[in-house]
Amino acid sequence: MPVPILKQSQYLIATIQSALNDADLLELRDALVGKVGSLRSRGVIVDVTALDVLDSFASRTVRDLAYMIRLRGAETVIVGIQPEVAFAMVQLGITLEDVATALDLEEGLAYLDRKTRHGQRVL
Amino acid sequence: MASVSSDRETTKRVTVSSDDDLVAARREGRVLAEKLGFSTSEATLVSTAISELARNIVSYARRGEIQVSLIYNGNKRGIHIVARDEGPGITDISLAMREGYSTSGGLGIGLPGVRRIMDEFDIASDLGRGTTITITKWKR
Repeated sequence: MPVPILKQSQYLIATIQSALNDADLLELRDALVGKVGSLRSRGVIVDVTALDVLDSFASRTVRDLAYMIRLRGAETVIVGIQPEVAFAMVQLGITLEDVATALDLEEGLAYLDRKTRHGQRVL
Repeated sequence: MASVSSDRETTKRVTVSSDDDLVAARREGRVLAEKLGFSTSEATLVSTAISELARNIVSYARRGEIQVSLIYNGNKRGIHIVARDEGPGITDISLAMREGYSTSGGLGIGLPGVRRIMDEFDIASDLGRGTTITITKWKR
């Protein structure tokens, strides 16, 4: 099932709604990396609240997604990792390394606002 | 281990040959873990472990089976998972069990990570004949 991607001003918001298979995850990665360019987005939020498992493949794909989007000049933040999912990731030694995370959509938007405003000031 | 018995009626088998089956296999694990009264955290651990084992089957053997059942030992109850394939087998099990080692381009957390979170872990592999991994988590 494809993940819907919403455009909200200069951001893209992808809300995962159910368990995803590997193909759906890769499709989400490619769609976001493409849309950052076609919609000229400055930031991406991936909401994983509905995911009950983030295994090694899913974590790697999320990391790749964030790195690819950074290479395209935008920021990514992952929001909504559930407490038990965080517990399982830590127990299994699965990491997102330096990918930004935030509690929920609201915090994710605040993070992107800080990040991209900072970017504009530098310009 | 004569006193250990498993409950045939609750045994679920999932044939694993694609990434869609991974989703189905981990769902069976979660359903059974919740039925046993595992906490959500423990059920998520079980479900994530199944995901890693099922992924190994798809990546290395292309197809195989995940079997999930309730297990009893005296008044202890637990969840018992068998991941079985008839793939190429593992050349060097001790290497496969080393943290950070992977031949499939994964993260290498697979087997050592699964062993760490389970109460029991057993692996048997015959070159050219397949691999069977058996894991158990007891209810606390």
